[in-house]
Amino acid sequence: MDIKSIKSEFPIFKNKINGKSLVYLDNANSSQKPGKVIDRISKFYSKEFSNIGRSVHTLAVTATNRFEETRDLIKKYINAKTIEEIIFTKNATEGINLVASTYGEKFINKGDEILITELEHHANYVPWHFLRQRKGAVIKFAKCNDKGEVEIDEIKKLITNKTKIISITHLSNVTGAILPVKKIVDLAKTKNIPVLVDGCQGAPHLKLDVQELGCDFYVMSCHKMYGPTGVGILYAKKKWLDKLPPYQGGGGMIEEVKKDNITFPGSPTKYEAGTLQTAEVVGFSESIRFMQDVGIKNIMQHEKEIMEYGVQELKKNNSVKIVGDPKNRGSIISFTIKGIHPHDIATILDEDGVAIRAGHHCCQILHEKMGLTATARASLGVYNSKEDIDVLSNAIKKCNKMFDK
Amino acid sequence: MDLKELYQEIVLDHGKNPRNKQKCKDFNKEAEGHNPLCGDKVHIFLRLNKEKKVEDISFEGEGCAISIASASIMTEIIKGKDFNVAKKILEHFLNMLKEGSKLSINSLNEDQNTTMMSLSGVKKFPMRVKCATLAWHTFIHAAEGKKEKANTEKVD
Repeated sequence: MDIKSIKSEFPIFKNKINGKSLVYLDNANSSQKPGKVIDRISKFYSKEFSNIGRSVHTLAVTATNRFEETRDLIKKYINAKTIEEIIFTKNATEGINLVASTYGEKFINKGDEILITELEHHANYVPWHFLRQRKGAVIKFAKCNDKGEVEIDEIKKLITNKTKIISITHLSNVTGAILPVKKIVDLAKTKNIPVLVDGCQGAPHLKLDVQELGCDFYVMSCHKMYGPTGVGILYAKKKWLDKLPPYQGGGGMIEEVKKDNITFPGSPTKYEAGTLQTAEVVGFSESIRFMQDVGIKNIMQHEKEIMEYGVQELKKNNSVKIVGDPKNRGSIISFTIKGIHPHDIATILDEDGVAIRAGHHCCQILHEKMGLTATARASLGVYNSKEDIDVLSNAIKKCNKMFDK
Repeated sequence: MDLKELYQEIVLDHGKNPRNKQKCKDFNKEAEGHNPLCGDKVHIFLRLNKEKKVEDISFEGEGCAISIASASIMTEIIKGKDFNVAKKILEHFLNMLKEGSKLSINSLNEDQNTTMMSLSGVKKFPMRVKCATLAWHTFIHAAEGKKEKANTEKVD
Protein backbone atom coordinates (compact mmCIF):
# COMPACT_ATOMS: atom_id res chain seq x y z
CA MET A 1 0.00 0.00 0.00
CA ASP A 2 1.32 3.42 -0.93
CA ILE A 3 0.89 5.32 2.32
CA LYS A 4 2.64 8.43 1.00
CA SER A 5 0.12 8.70 -1.78
CA ILE A 6 -2.80 8.06 0.59
CA LYS A 7 -1.46 10.66 2.99
CA SER A 8 -1.17 13.18 0.19
CA GLU A 9 -4.95 13.04 -0.18
CA PHE A 10 -5.26 14.77 3.22
CA PRO A 11 -4.66 18.55 2.89
CA ILE A 12 -3.98 19.00 6.60
CA PHE A 13 -0.59 17.32 6.23
CA LYS A 14 0.59 20.14 3.98
CA ASN A 15 0.65 22.43 7.01
CA LYS A 16 3.46 22.70 9.48
CA ILE A 17 2.64 22.40 13.15
CA ASN A 18 5.04 24.44 15.28
CA GLY A 19 7.33 24.42 12.28
CA LYS A 20 7.32 20.61 12.08
CA SER A 21 5.57 18.07 9.89
CA LEU A 22 2.37 16.90 11.53
CA VAL A 23 2.49 13.46 13.11
CA TYR A 24 -1.17 12.92 13.82
CA LEU A 25 -1.71 10.23 16.43
CA ASP A 26 -5.06 11.36 17.81
CA ASN A 27 -7.27 9.35 15.47
CA ALA A 28 -9.31 7.68 18.20
CA ASN A 29 -10.39 11.19 19.09
CA SER A 30 -11.11 12.24 15.52
CA SER A 31 -9.50 11.47 12.17
CA GLN A 32 -8.34 13.92 9.52
CA LYS A 33 -10.35 14.38 6.31
CA PRO A 34 -9.39 13.58 2.72
CA GLY A 35 -9.61 16.47 0.25
CA LYS A 36 -12.44 14.67 -1.55
CA VAL A 37 -14.63 14.89 1.54
CA ILE A 38 -13.92 18.58 2.03
CA ASP A 39 -14.49 19.29 -1.67
CA ARG A 40 -17.72 17.31 -1.70
CA ILE A 41 -19.21 19.48 1.04
CA SER A 42 -18.16 22.60 -0.84
CA LYS A 43 -19.60 21.29 -4.11
CA PHE A 44 -22.86 20.34 -2.42
CA TYR A 45 -23.29 23.86 -1.04
CA SER A 46 -22.19 25.47 -4.32
CA LYS A 47 -24.28 23.43 -6.71
CA GLU A 48 -26.80 21.11 -5.10
CA PHE A 49 -27.97 22.54 -1.82
CA SER A 50 -31.52 22.72 -0.65
CA ASN A 51 -33.34 21.28 2.33
CA ILE A 52 -34.23 17.66 1.80
CA GLY A 53 -37.41 15.60 1.85
CA ARG A 54 -39.76 18.57 1.81
CA SER A 55 -39.94 20.75 -1.31
CA VAL A 56 -40.54 19.55 -4.85
CA HIS A 57 -38.21 21.87 -6.76
CA THR A 58 -35.21 20.62 -8.68
CA LEU A 59 -32.62 21.39 -6.01
CA ALA A 60 -34.72 19.75 -3.32
CA VAL A 61 -34.89 16.61 -5.39
CA THR A 62 -31.16 16.65 -6.13
CA ALA A 63 -30.22 17.23 -2.50
CA THR A 64 -32.61 14.55 -1.29
CA ASN A 65 -31.19 12.08 -3.76
CA ARG A 66 -27.59 12.78 -2.71
CA PHE A 67 -28.58 12.39 0.93
CA GLU A 68 -30.42 9.12 0.41
CA GLU A 69 -27.67 7.78 -1.84
CA THR A 70 -25.35 8.15 1.13
CA ARG A 71 -27.73 6.17 3.29
CA ASP A 72 -27.71 3.45 0.68
CA LEU A 73 -23.91 3.53 0.49
CA ILE A 74 -23.69 3.08 4.27
CA LYS A 75 -26.24 0.29 4.20
CA LYS A 76 -24.06 -1.56 1.72
CA TYR A 77 -20.82 -0.72 3.54
CA ILE A 78 -21.96 -2.27 6.80
CA ASN A 79 -24.18 -4.85 5.09
CA ALA A 80 -27.44 -3.87 6.74
CA LYS A 81 -30.52 -5.68 5.47
CA THR A 82 -32.66 -2.68 4.61
CA ILE A 83 -32.28 1.04 4.18
CA GLU A 84 -34.74 1.70 7.04
CA GLU A 85 -32.11 0.32 9.42
CA ILE A 86 -29.76 3.27 8.83
CA ILE A 87 -30.60 6.29 10.97
CA PHE A 88 -28.60 9.51 10.87
CA THR A 89 -27.74 11.00 14.23
CA LYS A 90 -25.33 13.76 15.14
CA ASN A 91 -22.79 11.25 16.53
CA ALA A 92 -22.49 7.87 18.22
CA THR A 93 -23.36 9.51 21.53
CA GLU A 94 -26.74 10.51 20.17
CA GLY A 95 -27.20 7.00 18.79
CA ILE A 96 -26.76 5.49 22.26
CA ASN A 97 -28.97 8.15 23.83
CA LEU A 98 -31.63 7.35 21.24
CA VAL A 99 -31.60 3.66 22.10
CA ALA A 100 -31.35 4.21 25.86
CA SER A 101 -34.25 6.62 25.68
CA THR A 102 -36.62 4.74 23.36
CA TYR A 103 -35.78 1.14 24.20
CA GLY A 104 -35.46 2.12 27.85
CA GLU A 105 -38.83 3.83 27.82
CA LYS A 106 -40.58 0.82 26.41
CA PHE A 107 -38.73 -2.19 27.75
CA ILE A 108 -36.78 -1.28 30.89
CA ASN A 109 -38.48 -1.05 34.24
CA LYS A 110 -37.57 -0.87 37.92
CA GLY A 111 -35.02 -3.48 38.87
CA ASP A 112 -34.21 -4.43 35.27
CA GLU A 113 -30.54 -4.75 34.46
CA ILE A 114 -28.38 -3.06 31.88
CA LEU A 115 -25.07 -4.82 31.28
CA ILE A 116 -22.08 -2.74 30.22
CA THR A 117 -18.33 -3.13 30.81
CA GLU A 118 -15.62 -1.31 32.73
CA LEU A 119 -14.05 -0.37 29.41
CA GLU A 120 -16.93 1.80 28.27
CA HIS A 121 -16.59 5.38 27.14
CA HIS A 122 -18.80 7.77 29.13
CA ALA A 123 -21.08 7.88 26.08
CA ASN A 124 -21.95 4.25 26.73
CA TYR A 125 -22.54 4.75 30.45
CA VAL A 126 -24.08 8.16 31.10
CA PRO A 127 -27.19 7.59 28.89
CA TRP A 128 -27.83 4.35 30.82
CA HIS A 129 -27.25 6.21 34.07
CA PHE A 130 -30.07 8.60 33.14
CA LEU A 131 -32.27 5.58 32.58
CA ARG A 132 -31.17 4.15 35.91
CA GLN A 133 -32.28 7.38 37.57
CA ARG A 134 -35.52 7.62 35.61
CA LYS A 135 -36.65 4.04 35.85
CA GLY A 136 -34.82 2.61 38.82
CA ALA A 137 -32.88 0.22 36.60
CA VAL A 138 -29.59 -1.38 37.63
CA ILE A 139 -26.31 -1.07 35.73
CA LYS A 140 -23.88 -3.95 35.95
CA PHE A 141 -20.24 -3.62 34.87
CA ALA A 142 -18.48 -6.63 33.37
CA LYS A 143 -14.92 -6.59 34.71
CA CYS A 144 -11.92 -5.96 32.55
CA ASN A 145 -8.80 -8.00 33.31
CA ASP A 146 -5.18 -6.88 33.85
CA LYS A 147 -4.61 -6.96 30.12
CA GLY A 148 -7.40 -4.48 29.54
CA GLU A 149 -9.72 -7.05 27.96
CA VAL A 150 -13.25 -8.11 28.82
CA GLU A 151 -13.60 -11.85 28.57
CA ILE A 152 -16.85 -13.46 27.57
CA ASP A 153 -17.10 -15.25 30.92
CA GLU A 154 -17.27 -11.89 32.70
CA ILE A 155 -20.34 -11.06 30.61
CA LYS A 156 -21.79 -14.53 31.02
CA LYS A 157 -21.73 -14.48 34.79
CA LEU A 158 -23.57 -11.18 35.03
CA ILE A 159 -26.48 -12.18 32.79
CA THR A 160 -29.67 -12.83 34.74
CA ASN A 161 -33.31 -13.10 33.75
CA LYS A 162 -33.52 -9.37 34.48
CA THR A 163 -30.87 -8.40 31.91
CA LYS A 164 -32.70 -6.26 29.36
CA ILE A 165 -29.82 -5.07 27.20
CA ILE A 166 -26.09 -5.58 26.80
CA SER A 167 -24.22 -2.49 25.64
CA ILE A 168 -20.54 -2.93 24.86
CA THR A 169 -17.70 -1.33 23.00
CA HIS A 170 -16.33 -3.00 19.88
CA LEU A 171 -12.80 -1.75 20.54
CA SER A 172 -11.64 -0.06 23.74
CA ASN A 173 -10.55 3.52 23.17
CA VAL A 174 -7.98 3.18 25.98
CA THR A 175 -6.52 -0.33 26.05
CA GLY A 176 -7.16 -1.00 22.37
CA ALA A 177 -8.73 -4.38 23.18
CA ILE A 178 -11.05 -5.74 20.52
CA LEU A 179 -13.94 -7.39 22.33
CA PRO A 180 -15.32 -10.80 21.31
CA VAL A 181 -18.47 -9.06 20.12
CA LYS A 182 -19.70 -11.88 17.89
CA LYS A 183 -19.46 -14.37 20.76
CA ILE A 184 -21.21 -11.96 23.11
CA VAL A 185 -24.03 -11.47 20.60
CA ASP A 186 -24.36 -15.24 20.13
CA LEU A 187 -24.53 -15.71 23.88
CA ALA A 188 -27.09 -12.91 24.26
CA LYS A 189 -29.24 -14.42 21.52
CA THR A 190 -29.65 -17.62 23.49
CA LYS A 191 -31.20 -15.48 26.24
CA ASN A 192 -33.11 -13.14 23.94
CA ILE A 193 -31.18 -10.10 25.12
CA PRO A 194 -30.52 -7.37 22.56
CA VAL A 195 -26.96 -6.11 22.15
CA LEU A 196 -25.84 -2.59 21.35
CA VAL A 197 -22.29 -2.23 20.06
CA ASP A 198 -20.48 1.08 20.45
CA GLY A 199 -18.58 1.04 17.19
CA CYS A 200 -16.80 4.38 17.53
CA GLN A 201 -13.38 2.74 17.42
CA GLY A 202 -14.53 -0.39 15.61
CA ALA A 203 -16.11 1.09 12.51
CA PRO A 204 -13.06 3.09 11.32
CA HIS A 205 -10.62 0.22 11.78
CA LEU A 206 -12.38 -3.14 11.46
CA LYS A 207 -14.33 -4.95 8.79
CA LEU A 208 -17.96 -4.45 9.50
CA ASP A 209 -20.85 -6.74 8.61
CA VAL A 210 -23.76 -6.13 10.95
CA GLN A 211 -25.72 -9.14 9.71
CA GLU A 212 -22.81 -11.44 10.35
CA LEU A 213 -22.18 -9.78 13.73
CA GLY A 214 -25.87 -10.17 14.51
CA CYS A 215 -26.05 -7.24 16.92
CA ASP A 216 -29.31 -5.37 17.41
CA PHE A 217 -27.81 -1.88 17.45
CA TYR A 218 -24.48 -0.53 16.20
CA VAL A 219 -23.47 3.12 16.59
CA MET A 220 -20.75 5.07 14.78
CA SER A 221 -19.29 8.56 14.70
CA CYS A 222 -18.47 9.51 11.13
CA HIS A 223 -15.82 12.07 12.13
CA LYS A 224 -13.63 9.20 13.28
CA MET A 225 -14.09 7.55 9.87
CA TYR A 226 -12.41 10.26 7.79
CA GLY A 227 -15.77 11.99 7.65
CA PRO A 228 -17.23 15.34 8.71
CA THR A 229 -18.18 16.20 12.29
CA GLY A 230 -21.84 16.28 13.22
CA VAL A 231 -22.79 12.97 11.60
CA GLY A 232 -23.35 9.70 13.34
CA ILE A 233 -25.06 6.51 12.30
CA LEU A 234 -27.31 4.28 14.28
CA TYR A 235 -27.82 0.88 12.75
CA ALA A 236 -30.79 -0.86 14.32
CA LYS A 237 -32.50 -4.09 13.35
CA LYS A 238 -35.80 -3.32 11.72
CA LYS A 239 -37.76 -5.35 14.26
CA TRP A 240 -36.73 -2.85 16.95
CA LEU A 241 -37.43 0.20 14.86
CA ASP A 242 -40.98 -0.99 14.32
CA LYS A 243 -41.49 -1.47 18.05
CA LEU A 244 -39.73 1.55 19.51
CA PRO A 245 -41.32 4.98 19.96
CA PRO A 246 -39.92 8.09 18.23
CA TYR A 247 -37.00 9.86 19.91
CA GLN A 248 -37.18 13.61 19.32
CA GLY A 249 -40.28 15.32 18.07
CA GLY A 250 -40.40 17.95 15.35
CA GLY A 251 -40.72 18.56 11.65
CA GLY A 252 -40.05 15.82 9.15
CA MET A 253 -40.78 12.94 11.53
CA ILE A 254 -44.58 13.05 11.46
CA GLU A 255 -47.24 11.38 9.37
CA GLU A 256 -50.34 13.34 10.32
CA VAL A 257 -50.75 16.06 12.91
CA LYS A 258 -54.15 16.83 14.42
CA LYS A 259 -55.08 18.87 17.46
CA ASP A 260 -55.87 15.74 19.41
CA ASN A 261 -53.53 13.20 17.85
CA ILE A 262 -50.28 12.76 15.94
CA THR A 263 -49.22 9.74 13.93
CA PHE A 264 -45.72 8.85 12.85
CA PRO A 265 -44.17 7.28 9.78
CA GLY A 266 -41.80 4.33 9.83
CA SER A 267 -38.03 4.33 10.19
CA PRO A 268 -35.78 6.10 9.45
CA THR A 269 -38.08 9.16 9.11
CA LYS A 270 -39.57 8.61 12.55
CA TYR A 271 -36.15 9.06 14.15
CA GLU A 272 -34.87 11.99 12.10
CA ALA A 273 -36.59 15.09 13.45
CA GLY A 274 -35.80 18.52 12.05
CA THR A 275 -33.35 19.52 9.34
CA LEU A 276 -30.38 17.22 9.45
CA GLN A 277 -26.69 17.89 8.79
CA THR A 278 -27.31 17.44 5.09
CA ALA A 279 -24.01 18.61 3.61
CA GLU A 280 -22.01 16.62 6.12
CA VAL A 281 -23.95 13.45 5.34
CA VAL A 282 -23.34 13.95 1.62
CA GLY A 283 -19.66 14.65 2.38
CA PHE A 284 -19.49 11.40 4.30
CA SER A 285 -20.29 9.48 1.12
CA GLU A 286 -16.77 10.38 -0.01
CA SER A 287 -15.31 9.05 3.26
CA ILE A 288 -16.97 5.70 2.62
CA ARG A 289 -15.63 5.73 -0.94
CA PHE A 290 -12.18 6.58 0.38
CA MET A 291 -12.28 3.63 2.79
CA GLN A 292 -13.60 1.37 0.04
CA ASP A 293 -10.89 2.50 -2.38
CA VAL A 294 -8.12 1.79 0.12
CA GLY A 295 -9.93 -1.33 1.29
CA ILE A 296 -10.74 -2.05 4.92
CA LYS A 297 -8.59 -5.19 4.87
CA ASN A 298 -5.62 -3.12 3.73
CA ILE A 299 -6.37 -0.51 6.38
CA MET A 300 -6.50 -3.21 9.06
CA GLN A 301 -3.30 -4.85 7.92
CA HIS A 302 -1.41 -1.57 7.65
CA GLU A 303 -2.57 -0.25 11.01
CA LYS A 304 -1.73 -3.55 12.70
CA GLU A 305 1.80 -3.38 11.34
CA ILE A 306 2.29 0.19 12.58
CA MET A 307 0.64 -0.59 15.93
CA GLU A 308 2.94 -3.57 16.50
CA TYR A 309 5.96 -1.47 15.55
CA GLY A 310 4.75 1.21 17.95
CA VAL A 311 4.38 -1.23 20.85
CA GLN A 312 7.83 -2.64 20.09
CA GLU A 313 9.49 0.78 19.93
CA LEU A 314 7.80 2.16 23.04
CA LYS A 315 8.78 -0.94 25.00
CA LYS A 316 12.44 -0.15 24.27
CA ASN A 317 12.12 2.90 26.51
CA ASN A 318 12.26 1.69 30.11
CA SER A 319 10.42 4.70 31.47
CA VAL A 320 7.37 3.96 29.30
CA LYS A 321 4.62 1.69 30.51
CA ILE A 322 2.00 0.61 27.99
CA VAL A 323 -1.49 0.40 29.44
CA GLY A 324 -3.03 -3.02 28.88
CA ASP A 325 -1.73 -5.92 26.88
CA PRO A 326 -4.70 -7.31 24.97
CA LYS A 327 -4.17 -10.34 22.76
CA ASN A 328 -6.31 -8.76 20.10
CA ARG A 329 -5.28 -5.09 19.95
CA GLY A 330 -6.64 -2.46 17.61
CA SER A 331 -4.65 0.58 16.57
CA ILE A 332 -4.55 2.23 19.99
CA ILE A 333 -1.58 2.46 22.36
CA SER A 334 -2.11 4.18 25.70
CA PHE A 335 0.91 4.70 27.90
CA THR A 336 2.41 6.46 30.87
CA ILE A 337 5.95 7.72 31.41
CA LYS A 338 7.49 7.41 34.85
CA GLY A 339 7.57 10.76 36.60
CA ILE A 340 5.87 12.73 33.83
CA HIS A 341 2.19 13.55 33.81
CA PRO A 342 0.39 12.78 30.52
CA HIS A 343 -0.52 16.45 30.03
CA ASP A 344 3.10 17.43 30.19
CA ILE A 345 3.91 14.63 27.73
CA ALA A 346 1.26 15.90 25.31
CA THR A 347 2.53 19.49 25.50
CA ILE A 348 6.15 18.48 24.96
CA LEU A 349 5.28 16.14 22.08
CA ASP A 350 3.22 18.89 20.47
CA GLU A 351 6.33 20.98 20.03
CA ASP A 352 7.63 18.29 17.71
CA GLY A 353 4.36 18.31 15.76
CA VAL A 354 3.21 15.08 17.42
CA ALA A 355 -0.50 15.19 18.26
CA ILE A 356 -1.60 12.71 20.92
CA ARG A 357 -4.34 12.80 23.52
CA ALA A 358 -3.75 12.99 27.25
CA GLY A 359 -6.35 12.55 29.95
CA HIS A 360 -8.90 9.96 30.95
CA HIS A 361 -10.27 9.69 27.39
CA CYS A 362 -13.83 9.80 28.78
CA CYS A 363 -13.17 6.54 30.63
CA GLN A 364 -12.94 7.48 34.30
CA ILE A 365 -14.26 4.10 35.51
CA LEU A 366 -11.42 2.32 33.73
CA HIS A 367 -8.75 4.78 34.83
CA GLU A 368 -9.85 4.54 38.44
CA LYS A 369 -9.69 0.77 38.21
CA MET A 370 -6.16 0.97 36.84
CA GLY A 371 -5.20 3.40 39.60
CA LEU A 372 -4.44 6.16 37.11
CA THR A 373 -5.90 9.63 36.74
CA ALA A 374 -4.70 10.05 33.19
CA THR A 375 -2.83 8.34 30.38
CA ALA A 376 -1.23 9.45 27.13
CA ARG A 377 -2.67 7.86 24.03
CA ALA A 378 -1.31 7.39 20.53
CA SER A 379 -4.00 6.19 18.13
CA LEU A 380 -3.44 5.41 14.48
CA GLY A 381 -5.09 6.13 11.19
CA VAL A 382 -4.45 4.87 7.69
CA TYR A 383 -1.94 7.67 6.97
CA ASN A 384 0.43 6.83 9.82
CA SER A 385 3.77 5.23 9.10
CA LYS A 386 6.72 3.75 10.94
CA GLU A 387 8.43 7.12 10.56
CA ASP A 388 5.63 8.63 12.66
CA ILE A 389 6.39 6.12 15.39
CA ASP A 390 10.08 7.04 15.21
CA VAL A 391 9.23 10.73 15.65
CA LEU A 392 7.02 9.77 18.61
CA SER A 393 9.78 7.67 20.22
CA ASN A 394 12.30 10.48 19.84
CA ALA A 395 9.87 13.06 21.20
CA ILE A 396 9.31 10.83 24.23
CA LYS A 397 13.07 10.78 24.78
CA LYS A 398 12.89 14.56 24.81
CA CYS A 399 10.31 14.38 27.61
CA ASN A 400 12.66 12.11 29.55
CA LYS A 401 15.51 14.53 29.07
CA MET A 402 13.52 17.53 30.18
CA PHE A 403 12.19 15.90 33.33
CA ASP A 404 15.27 13.87 34.29
CA LYS A 405 17.38 16.91 34.96
CA MET B 1 5.91 28.35 21.48
CA ASP B 2 8.80 27.71 23.72
CA LEU B 3 8.78 24.74 26.01
CA LYS B 4 11.64 26.18 28.02
CA GLU B 5 9.44 29.14 28.91
CA LEU B 6 6.73 26.80 30.13
CA TYR B 7 8.91 24.32 31.93
CA GLN B 8 11.30 26.73 33.63
CA GLU B 9 13.75 25.35 36.16
CA ILE B 10 11.73 26.67 39.08
CA VAL B 11 8.55 25.09 37.75
CA LEU B 12 10.20 21.72 37.16
CA ASP B 13 11.72 21.86 40.62
CA HIS B 14 8.38 22.60 42.32
CA GLY B 15 6.69 20.00 40.14
CA LYS B 16 9.14 17.30 41.16
CA ASN B 17 9.68 18.35 44.76
CA PRO B 18 6.49 20.09 45.79
CA ARG B 19 6.59 22.07 49.02
CA ASN B 20 3.88 21.78 51.67
CA LYS B 21 2.36 18.70 50.07
CA GLN B 22 0.63 17.21 53.11
CA LYS B 23 -2.17 18.06 55.50
CA CYS B 24 -0.98 21.02 57.58
CA LYS B 25 -1.41 20.90 61.34
CA ASP B 26 -4.67 22.16 62.85
CA PHE B 27 -6.16 23.32 59.58
CA ASN B 28 -9.58 24.91 60.01
CA LYS B 29 -10.53 25.37 56.34
CA GLU B 30 -10.28 23.05 53.39
CA ALA B 31 -11.60 22.70 49.88
CA GLU B 32 -11.27 20.37 46.96
CA GLY B 33 -10.72 21.47 43.39
CA HIS B 34 -11.21 19.53 40.21
CA ASN B 35 -10.50 19.97 36.54
CA PRO B 36 -13.10 17.66 35.00
CA LEU B 37 -11.56 17.91 31.54
CA CYS B 38 -8.26 16.34 32.52
CA GLY B 39 -8.96 14.78 35.91
CA ASP B 40 -6.53 16.95 37.89
CA LYS B 41 -7.46 17.14 41.55
CA VAL B 42 -6.24 19.31 44.38
CA HIS B 43 -7.17 19.49 48.06
CA ILE B 44 -6.21 22.66 49.93
CA PHE B 45 -5.79 22.76 53.72
CA LEU B 46 -5.72 26.11 55.44
CA ARG B 47 -5.33 27.56 58.91
CA LEU B 48 -6.92 30.98 58.89
CA ASN B 49 -6.87 32.96 62.15
CA LYS B 50 -9.50 35.38 63.40
CA GLU B 51 -7.81 38.31 61.67
CA LYS B 52 -8.04 36.34 58.43
CA LYS B 53 -4.36 35.77 58.20
CA VAL B 54 -3.16 32.56 56.52
CA GLU B 55 -1.14 31.01 59.33
CA ASP B 56 -0.51 27.82 57.41
CA ILE B 57 -1.47 26.36 54.04
CA SER B 58 -0.77 23.05 52.34
CA PHE B 59 -2.15 20.82 49.63
CA GLU B 60 -2.56 17.29 48.41
CA GLY B 61 -3.43 16.22 44.93
CA GLU B 62 -2.53 14.80 41.60
CA GLY B 63 -1.85 16.53 38.37
CA CYS B 64 0.62 17.68 35.79
CA ALA B 65 3.89 19.44 36.53
CA ILE B 66 2.25 22.83 36.00
CA SER B 67 -0.63 22.25 38.41
CA ILE B 68 1.56 20.71 41.11
CA ALA B 69 4.19 23.44 40.74
CA SER B 70 1.54 26.14 40.87
CA ALA B 71 0.00 24.67 44.05
CA SER B 72 3.42 24.33 45.62
CA ILE B 73 4.45 27.89 44.72
CA MET B 74 1.14 29.22 45.95
CA THR B 75 1.53 27.66 49.40
CA GLU B 76 4.99 29.21 49.73
CA ILE B 77 3.79 32.63 48.64
CA ILE B 78 0.52 32.76 50.56
CA LYS B 79 1.73 31.45 53.90
CA GLY B 80 1.73 34.26 56.46
CA LYS B 81 -0.25 36.67 54.27
CA ASP B 82 -3.57 38.29 55.09
CA PHE B 83 -6.41 36.84 53.04
CA ASN B 84 -7.06 40.20 51.37
CA VAL B 85 -3.41 40.46 50.36
CA ALA B 86 -3.55 36.87 49.07
CA LYS B 87 -6.56 37.77 46.96
CA LYS B 88 -4.65 40.70 45.45
CA ILE B 89 -1.74 38.39 44.66
CA LEU B 90 -4.14 36.02 42.91
CA GLU B 91 -5.48 38.92 40.87
CA HIS B 92 -1.96 39.80 39.71
CA PHE B 93 -1.26 36.14 39.01
CA LEU B 94 -4.37 35.75 36.85
CA ASN B 95 -3.51 38.94 34.98
CA MET B 96 -0.04 37.60 34.32
CA LEU B 97 -1.51 34.38 32.86
CA LYS B 98 -4.14 36.17 30.81
CA GLU B 99 -2.53 39.41 29.73
CA GLY B 100 1.11 38.49 30.10
CA SER B 101 1.63 41.46 32.39
CA LYS B 102 4.88 41.48 34.30
CA LEU B 103 4.60 40.73 37.97
CA SER B 104 5.77 43.22 40.52
CA ILE B 105 3.82 42.73 43.68
CA ASN B 106 4.79 45.03 46.54
CA SER B 107 3.86 42.52 49.21
CA LEU B 108 6.35 40.01 47.77
CA ASN B 109 10.12 40.15 47.86
CA GLU B 110 12.25 39.83 44.74
CA ASP B 111 12.69 36.07 45.06
CA GLN B 112 8.98 35.55 45.50
CA ASN B 113 8.20 37.70 42.47
CA THR B 114 10.69 35.67 40.44
CA THR B 115 9.14 32.41 41.63
CA MET B 116 5.68 33.59 40.64
CA MET B 117 7.02 34.80 37.28
CA SER B 118 8.30 31.31 36.55
CA LEU B 119 4.71 30.36 35.72
CA SER B 120 4.32 33.18 33.18
CA GLY B 121 5.19 30.82 30.29
CA VAL B 122 1.76 29.23 30.72
CA LYS B 123 0.25 32.22 28.95
CA LYS B 124 1.47 30.90 25.60
CA PHE B 125 -0.24 27.56 26.24
CA PRO B 126 -3.94 28.48 26.63
CA MET B 127 -4.95 24.86 27.19
CA ARG B 128 -2.73 24.77 30.26
CA VAL B 129 -3.92 27.94 32.01
CA LYS B 130 -6.46 25.96 34.00
CA CYS B 131 -3.69 23.70 35.28
CA ALA B 132 -1.99 26.76 36.75
CA THR B 133 -5.09 28.33 38.28
CA LEU B 134 -6.80 25.28 39.85
CA ALA B 135 -5.01 25.44 43.21
CA TRP B 136 -5.52 29.20 43.49
CA HIS B 137 -9.25 29.04 42.91
CA THR B 138 -9.46 26.16 45.35
CA PHE B 139 -7.64 28.25 47.95
CA ILE B 140 -10.27 30.99 47.60
CA HIS B 141 -13.02 28.38 48.00
CA ALA B 142 -11.36 27.11 51.17
CA ALA B 143 -10.84 30.55 52.68
CA GLU B 144 -14.35 31.73 51.89
CA GLY B 145 -15.85 28.47 53.11
CA LYS B 146 -17.67 27.75 49.86
CA LYS B 147 -19.39 24.41 50.03
CA GLU B 148 -19.11 23.23 46.44
CA LYS B 149 -15.87 21.96 44.93
CA ALA B 150 -13.80 24.41 42.93
CA ASN B 151 -14.19 23.48 39.30
CA THR B 152 -12.12 24.86 36.44
CA GLU B 153 -15.18 24.68 34.19
CA LYS B 154 -17.17 26.95 36.46
CA VAL B 155 -14.74 29.82 37.09
CA ASP B 156 -13.43 32.55 34.78
